[in-house]
Amino acid sequence: MGCAASTETGFDPAHPYELHPDVALRNEPFGALAYHYGNRRLTFLRSPELVRLVGELGAHGSVTDSMAALGISEARQPSLVRALASLASSDVVRPRASAPAPAAGGQDGG
Amino acid sequence: MAAERLADELSRGLDAPICLTWELTYGCNLSCVHCLSSSGLRDPEELTTSEALGFVDGLAAMQVFYVNIGGGEPTLRPDFCEIVEYAVSRKVGVKFSTNGTTMTPGRARRFAEMGYLDIQISLDGASPSSNDPVRGAGTFAAALRAMERLAEAGFASFKVSVVVTRHNAGELAQMLALAGRFGAELRLTRLRPSGRGAASWHELRPTAEQLAGVHAFLVAHPQVLTGDSFFHLGPLGEQPLAGLNLCGAGRVVCLVDPIGDVYACPFVMHPEFRAGSIRQAGGFAAVWRESELFTGLRKPSPAGACNACGSFGACHGGCMAAKFFTGLPLDGPDPECVLGHGERALAHLGAGGSPARRLPVHGGPGHGKPGRPVPVAFGSLGASLTR
Repeated sequence: MGCAASTETGFDPAHPYELHPDVALRNEPFGALAYHYGNRRLTFLRSPELVRLVGELGAHGSVTDSMAALGISEARQPSLVRALASLASSDVVRPRASAPAPAAGGQDGG
Repeated sequence: MAAERLADELSRGLDAPICLTWELTYGCNLSCVHCLSSSGLRDPEELTTSEALGFVDGLAAMQVFYVNIGGGEPTLRPDFCEIVEYAVSRKVGVKFSTNGTTMTPGRARRFAEMGYLDIQISLDGASPSSNDPVRGAGTFAAALRAMERLAEAGFASFKVSVVVTRHNAGELAQMLALAGRFGAELRLTRLRPSGRGAASWHELRPTAEQLAGVHAFLVAHPQVLTGDSFFHLGPLGEQPLAGLNLCGAGRVVCLVDPIGDVYACPFVMHPEFRAGSIRQAGGFAAVWRESELFTGLRKPSPAGACNACGSFGACHGGCMAAKFFTGLPLDGPDPECVLGHGERALAHLGAGGSPARRLPVHGGPGHGKPGRPVPVAFGSLGASLTR
């Protein structure tokens, strides 16, 4: 039961990302459930901090900027980047063309 | 391990189920000997179309991402397509189980056009000789015809769902190949002694040797779906099987029966595990969040008699339904415990050690049907489940 390696996915925190439009988030005490209506996969986001970050991705020009906007400490950033890389590999988040999205969030529910 | 911590979190329950099993009708045109819900005739009290659509609204509000619809044969309800289309339109995805007998080319095309829809064709053997004695004469041919029609209609990746029995346990590789011929996925589930399965269980259940073979097959073929039903085999391997490997009853899954009663587990439609009804004030959400039964199930449970066994962490004592319907204590071993504790407990029961109890109390429109929780692959911070 190996852990996903971020290097395999080509995930780059200097690039802009967004929540995949086919994904809905449902908040839970441990973070959130993410359901991908396209590939029918359910993914657990296992920290509220990660959920906030995913919600903020669309509003910034890079993942790093999103983390800065949320005031996430440098010590915490590597584990969040690994988590995002894993979410990217399962298509929960995806790369976005560089212009910031009009507004963060916008998923049904949450 | 991350996986175990996640299981601990889930065992305390969620605000809404991850998915739930919804038995739409007790009506069925077959009479399978292992039917968990003893289905046959429709119950006159089954939910009306408007009640069913209202229930879907409640699920959408709770963000239940999908439901597993079964029965009975759910496609026999005249409003079946209406209910499915409505659910899908509310973004409550549907996976339904069918014996395939009603799958006309036209219906297959209609299903192929719907998003958020999965189909499971039930088939219990790789040939009529192993399937038909369990499911009825002609059912192998009917299921294959349905599979052909779905494939012709371009329905992507439906599932072939197999209850593993003594008669098909040697055919798993053939079943996998058969599913592959139609671009379908194979799904194996455990035979439970519920409904009519209570009477056929002793005769149909795989032998200990066969169960070891099932475990080896699942380890070798991680793409095979199981609905997490074989976690009781965990101690056979050093690594856990893919999946959450926990009993999700009342914690992450539950069952709603054709008359709207809510049960903790898709396999135990019995008054002791009835939490309430979607027809009562507050509807399904109130039952899920507040019923005494469900809130009780979310509290830590002691390992009981299994505490002394070093493998409790691998199997968590096995399946509540299997214990319940064989008369074993719920805090004791699973009847199919791979270390043999279950066999000894059953023998003790047979010798009058404690009263054999609780075989299903109903005939006709009956109770207790297959549940389909979720197979899983773990990532780092997140576990992903595919249905």
